[in-house]
Amino acid sequence: MSEYNFQILVCGGTGCKASESEEIRSSFVNLLNEYGLEEEVQVVLTDCFGFCEKGPIVKMMPDKTVYVRVKPSDADEIIKEHIVKGNQVERLLYRDPVTGTVVRDRQHMEFYKKQIRIALRNCGFINPEEIDEYIAHDGYMALGTCLTEMKPMEVIEQIKKSGLRGRGGGGFPTGLKWEITAKVPGDQKYVVCNVDEGDPGAFMDRSILEGDPHTVIEAMIINGYCTGASKGLVYIRAEYPLAISRLKIALAQARAYGLLGDDILGSGFNFDIEIRYGAGAFVCGEETALIHSMEGCRGEPTFKPPFPSVSGYLGKPTNVNNVETYANIPVIINKGADWFASIGTEKSKGTKVFALAGKINNVGLIEVPLGTTLREVIYDIGGGIRGGKKFKAVQTGGPSGGMLTAEFLDTPIDYDNLLAAGSMMGSGGMIVMDEDDCMVAIAKFYLGFTVEESCGKCAPCRIGNKRLHEILERITDGKGEIQDLDRLFMLSNVIKDASLCGLGQTSPNPVLSSLKYFRQEYEAHVKASHCPAGQCKALVRYEVIEDKCTGCTLCFRNCPVGAITGEKREVHFIDQSLCIKCGVCFEKCKFGAILVS
Amino acid sequence: MSRIKLSDSAVETIKEVCMSFGNQEGELINVLHQVQDKLGYLPAEVQELVAQELNMSVAKVYGVVTFYSYFTMIPKGEFPISICMGTACYVRGAEQVLSEFKRQLKVEVGQTTPDGKFSLSCLRCVGTCGLSPVIMVGEKVYGRVSPQQVKQIIAEYQEGCPSHEAKSA
Ligand SMILES: Cc1cc2nc3c(=O)[nH]c(=O)nc-3n(C[C@H](O)[C@H](O)[C@H](O)COP(=O)(O)O)c2cc1C
Ligand code: SF4
Ligand code: FES
Repeated sequence: MSEYNFQILVCGGTGCKASESEEIRSSFVNLLNEYGLEEEVQVVLTDCFGFCEKGPIVKMMPDKTVYVRVKPSDADEIIKEHIVKGNQVERLLYRDPVTGTVVRDRQHMEFYKKQIRIALRNCGFINPEEIDEYIAHDGYMALGTCLTEMKPMEVIEQIKKSGLRGRGGGGFPTGLKWEITAKVPGDQKYVVCNVDEGDPGAFMDRSILEGDPHTVIEAMIINGYCTGASKGLVYIRAEYPLAISRLKIALAQARAYGLLGDDILGSGFNFDIEIRYGAGAFVCGEETALIHSMEGCRGEPTFKPPFPSVSGYLGKPTNVNNVETYANIPVIINKGADWFASIGTEKSKGTKVFALAGKINNVGLIEVPLGTTLREVIYDIGGGIRGGKKFKAVQTGGPSGGMLTAEFLDTPIDYDNLLAAGSMMGSGGMIVMDEDDCMVAIAKFYLGFTVEESCGKCAPCRIGNKRLHEILERITDGKGEIQDLDRLFMLSNVIKDASLCGLGQTSPNPVLSSLKYFRQEYEAHVKASHCPAGQCKALVRYEVIEDKCTGCTLCFRNCPVGAITGEKREVHFIDQSLCIKCGVCFEKCKFGAILVS
Repeated sequence: MSRIKLSDSAVETIKEVCMSFGNQEGELINVLHQVQDKLGYLPAEVQELVAQELNMSVAKVYGVVTFYSYFTMIPKGEFPISICMGTACYVRGAEQVLSEFKRQLKVEVGQTTPDGKFSLSCLRCVGTCGLSPVIMVGEKVYGRVSPQQVKQIIAEYQEGCPSHEAKSA
């Protein structure tokens, strides 16, 4: 740390920014100035600490105290108590949701205990807008080693030996991809960083870019050196303004330090990076579509081979990698391939970042060694299911993945196990569902997404997914028939077999896996017009239980559409033709007099 | 579609943007981003002019505009409301929030209220899943939104000037 005695790290990730972290930072700065402490205490706006559930988060250094759900008005107390008197502010400390005990610092939080941070190593620790901080944390050291001490093939050998596989979803061995691109002859080659991150509910790549943009830049330069490319392109979603602005700052700083441009570190190697913007199309995450989009066209995938490594951007050899894949590279060079390969399982090395969300206590960004079980992730790190409800399923791999049930809780997470279980690793979205979630409705949700995002190039995907969605709609509306289940199954397999790109080939997975593990739920919908989770509105009825109704008029006053009638102290009545099934009456009734059926 | 006439200044703006990208066909997406930034939306007339400037067919420009959800051909409301329909928000009740917005504003997704004040759209994961369900009004993020809060959020903007104190995130 610098000459300051204390540092106050305020999370400035998108999640916390939305909850006033900028205001928190400025009130710290203003108060410190007022108290004349600005020489002793530094306030740093860092990126996401991962613990988004309890944001905005403030971390005190050097003692690593973590304060949660901090408000700008808390700044005064934190300064007066923590900094001046050395007392922790009890009411802002994190409480373990299970034991209720106060947790004073990061080391003792269950959330962090099982995590190993490689890709996220700097996120939340350094100021992403300061290249010097990155350099102070071994930044650009790997680049120096590669350019001055290693030949391109030696670097590729290391990456191959580390066992690193692509983190964008496919899991293709990274070293091998680099080698292929390196060996293809070509006067001009490109390396591309894929920041399209279309999986709804996943935000790993955004956080890495926001929290540690230089690691991606460093890795891309190394990638260029290995493959013989002189140009890098970052394809980023226009919906990520903060990541874009931090990347721009980082690129400018790297150029100013001579880390980008001509003759990098006196090695004679030239390389520079440009940004290209996406415009909201999930399919553009697929590498061939991404390349067409960068060329200014509709982002429609094309048949592989030729792979981008052979013929990509403008027909030139192009190496496409994911953000997280890149974030691992500098560490592999610095700490060695053997060290990296010692983490993980036999065929899946290293760690994986997951965006943990849904019905879980600790929503956030986590990084665990591959081979960690789902149970450890959900219960130890995630703190279990929200509101003490029962675990039902976890969805990995986004719209391409499947649902995993309780029987898979002890499965070690790696590429092959997840595939064998009917899901996939995907880019790292992990959505936890509880007993209140209807699996048919979830499958319908994903199919709705696919229908919207299919590029429309091939019929099985364009028309087939639409039909799948219609059948699912019918079922959740209570109009399905038992034959629909077979139709879903058959059609799903046709779509998988006959689609051109990964989107169509995987889009029926949510249907197939829910059919496999939750068939009884589908059957309940079609046979008994009953939604066991009580989520499908068309199948739910709200009624007043006459014996229990006291005529308090609370439901009458809260019903947004005036569907409830009844005099004071008399039994009320719900008009089914007006009811929009919002469930407010059920929530508000203090006497349990509303029946949901 | 009803035709509109582009103002001289709009024509000027579009030409300048195209020029700044060297009138290169391959820069179409970058051009459209900037034009939409400046004019708010990309109606047919704008696309025609862009096609002319970049020396490509209008069909191709239209193909790109309609392919990407970020580009819009209808003007957004003064206060564009976006509901996050990412998975994390969906499982925490985004659908109920959306239907309440539809009911209160009496518009469907992709439409703008007759007075031009509010437009309603869906987006996928803002990246603040910890706050789900999430909605955005313009650039402002509201987290942990319940259907009951919808009326109040709309009211904040109804009078014209939103109160900056009322922050529910
Ligand atoms: C429909 C579809 C969407 C994809 N979306 C992404 C994405 O958002 N981010 C990403 O890195 N890779 C995505 N991929 C995978 C890419 O095609 C490509 O395999 C990856 O960027 C390669 O990088 P890696 O080897 O480092 O994983 C997607 C693939 C498909 C089929
Ligand atoms: S599978 Fe779907 S997304 Fe992929 S090319 Fe075919 S239509 Fe397009
Ligand atoms: S799913 Fe809504 S913010 Fe991520």
